[in-house]
Amino acid sequence: MSLESVWFVLVAFLLTGYVVLDGFDLGAGVLYPFVARTEDEKRVVRASIGPVWDGNEVWLVTGAGAVFAAFPLVYAMTFSGFYLAIMLVLFGLILRAVSLEFRHRDSSWSAVWDGAFLLGSFLPSLLVGVALGNVIRGVPMNANGDYTGTFLELLNPYALLVGVTGLFLIMTHGAAWLLVKTEAGALHDRVARWRRVTFWVCVVLAVITSAATIAGVSRASDNVLGRPVGWLFLVVLAAALLYTIWQMMKEGGELSAFLASAVTIVALAGIAAVGNYPDIVPARGTPAETSLTVTSAASGPLTLKVMLVIALIGVPLVLLYTALVYRTFRGKVRPADAEY
Amino acid sequence: MLSRIQFAFTVGYHFLFVPISIGLAVMVVYTERRYFKSRIPADRAASMFWIKLFTATFAIGVATGLTMEFAFGTNWANYSRFVGDIFGAPLAAEGLFAFFLESTFLGVLLFGRKKVSPRFYYISTWLVLIGTFLSALWILIANSWQQTPAGYEVVAGRAVLTDFWAAALNPSTAPRYVHTVTGAVITGCFVVASISAWYLLKKRHLHMARQSLVAALVIGLLASAAMPFIGHWHALQVAEYQPVKMAAFENLTETRTNAPLYLFGWVNGDGGTTGVSIPSGLSLMLGMSPGHEVKGLDIVPPSDRPPLQITFQSYHLMIALSFLFIGVMLLALVMHFLKRLEGSRWMLWLLVVCFPLPILAMNMGWTATEVGRQPWVVQGLLRTSDGVSPVVSAGEIWTTLGLFGLIYLILFIAWLRIFLGIIRTGPEDVADMLQAETAAGQAVPAGAGR
Repeated sequence: MSLESVWFVLVAFLLTGYVVLDGFDLGAGVLYPFVARTEDEKRVVRASIGPVWDGNEVWLVTGAGAVFAAFPLVYAMTFSGFYLAIMLVLFGLILRAVSLEFRHRDSSWSAVWDGAFLLGSFLPSLLVGVALGNVIRGVPMNANGDYTGTFLELLNPYALLVGVTGLFLIMTHGAAWLLVKTEAGALHDRVARWRRVTFWVCVVLAVITSAATIAGVSRASDNVLGRPVGWLFLVVLAAALLYTIWQMMKEGGELSAFLASAVTIVALAGIAAVGNYPDIVPARGTPAETSLTVTSAASGPLTLKVMLVIALIGVPLVLLYTALVYRTFRGKVRPADAEY
Repeated sequence: MLSRIQFAFTVGYHFLFVPISIGLAVMVVYTERRYFKSRIPADRAASMFWIKLFTATFAIGVATGLTMEFAFGTNWANYSRFVGDIFGAPLAAEGLFAFFLESTFLGVLLFGRKKVSPRFYYISTWLVLIGTFLSALWILIANSWQQTPAGYEVVAGRAVLTDFWAAALNPSTAPRYVHTVTGAVITGCFVVASISAWYLLKKRHLHMARQSLVAALVIGLLASAAMPFIGHWHALQVAEYQPVKMAAFENLTETRTNAPLYLFGWVNGDGGTTGVSIPSGLSLMLGMSPGHEVKGLDIVPPSDRPPLQITFQSYHLMIALSFLFIGVMLLALVMHFLKRLEGSRWMLWLLVVCFPLPILAMNMGWTATEVGRQPWVVQGLLRTSDGVSPVVSAGEIWTTLGLFGLIYLILFIAWLRIFLGIIRTGPEDVADMLQAETAAGQAVPAGAGR
């Protein structure tokens, strides 16, 4: 495996890590106004993600940094091409970070901060999927690697479909997390009902997306079906889904259901990555040579090597103390131990 | 140009909060260490108080920092293409080594007081501090490379890394890092001194206020007194590697010996300077001799020179302020040792109102160094005007600039309300805390706890 391909896998790993980890707290944020009615319930939802959301968001910072370092041409193309969408994600994340930190210190503005928390959770949850949809579908670009389409073209039906699927996937994931963290009661029951709905909506949307991919973006579906690793992810996906359905029919087992939800996301991200490789951002409607591939968009070999060393030291360290902190804060959240 | 305005605005705003949070991180470690040793509730209350202030500031620093990282891709696509090989790596490393450390263990500080052991908690404050300092290191490596590029070669219009250590430890990394971090420590000390002095004036929370004020004054004086030497070290390096910037700092129009050093002045329309100067001062400072030849602006054509007035003024304002800091800190500390400080209302008020000045000084320093590098975004390699995103329209930037302005204004008001709210409430009252703990102890009999 070439160094560039190793970095393709690493970047995919970091970005998937972002969706798995920040996904559940984003999902909890989207569900927040719907499942939490009383002030105590709201506090439990916020406290369930309180100690960890900040660290989760760092996966995006690091993932984006890794794209910048390993595939600068991709970074330049997507971030400038998807300008307004990226800015909306950014505004969402800023609002969210600040609303979470400031909400409980500032009760007179609580409605403002609740609104900011919802909007800040909703925008990234939707737009990350829209961006992925465009990257799978392909993007018109010139030889310099500049986006040549318009903003409205980014909101094409296929990308929107992937975006909405992603939104429901993240909501389902957030619900699975809240089930782990909440004690039996009204909040727990409401979350369970929401999870059932969002899960099935998500499954239906995913089937439609798959059909649309086979019909419209056959390059990606051919790549997945033509490679053993693609089949591996499909089998894992099927197993995770069956396990989740079985879990939903019985009581308890919330933690394993949450892990199954995480595996589902990993499998879907894996399928998307296998579908695009060796392209990172394929060109659409413009000559195929302009596509940004793992080789054409990569940094020099020394950068990739140095970065690999950094990643091999850093990633295990991060995983280690992330696990430590999750262990420290394991168990159900009660309204009483919510805020500091 | 619009992208420059947007970047300058968002980075300047970001940097209002960064030095405060770096400085407060130092204070958090200091107070938590006291509590770790003493185990008295009043020290815990003090530590929690600084942690709260740190968090409120850190949150906004992180949120606005994300803007900066994204801006390289969104507004500066051609710059990203050119330097991605070198510039991206420190950014990714910053996330991996610094941000994870800070954010993960900040979660422990905020939510873990009852869940982890005192030792673990104390270590967590250190890890947050280390994370903060590492973060500053990586981002300054990236910036320093823009100022004094090293360890690369340009292949097919892109800078390609050839020597990692040469690029990371380029000539300006070390002085810039020490200079910036020391500045942040001074800022933190002034913020802490300001809050403590206010409590002394109001005769509230005296236990915490006294111990914090003395710590802030001692650390602040040491850092302020070291600053001229650190600044001098940095200036020597700038003069050697970015002579045009040095010339712009002092508006030295032609290469000459006996170059003057301005205390203050004004760049006239005809290019000359009106002001008070030390004859041969610049030559003495840079070369220890009046005969030392200092390179002037004339070594490059006018199109390669930075805007002079703004560079000159920001540089001189920074230096004037830094000497003011030594004076204030020294005076306050002397008065403390003469036992005059607490009785002197004007001195306490002076400390209360001084805290914006170091933040101003740091932003002036950045203005001087960044504007002084113009027209280059990477010194000598890439012009700023060639670094922007070709596909982002002026309308889009105006839109987002307006939105940034609005959101950042709301953030600032919210931050101020909360910061002042925390200060108004003050550290938890020890009597209340003991009462609450006794009550909790009665409700949950010993041994029946979680």
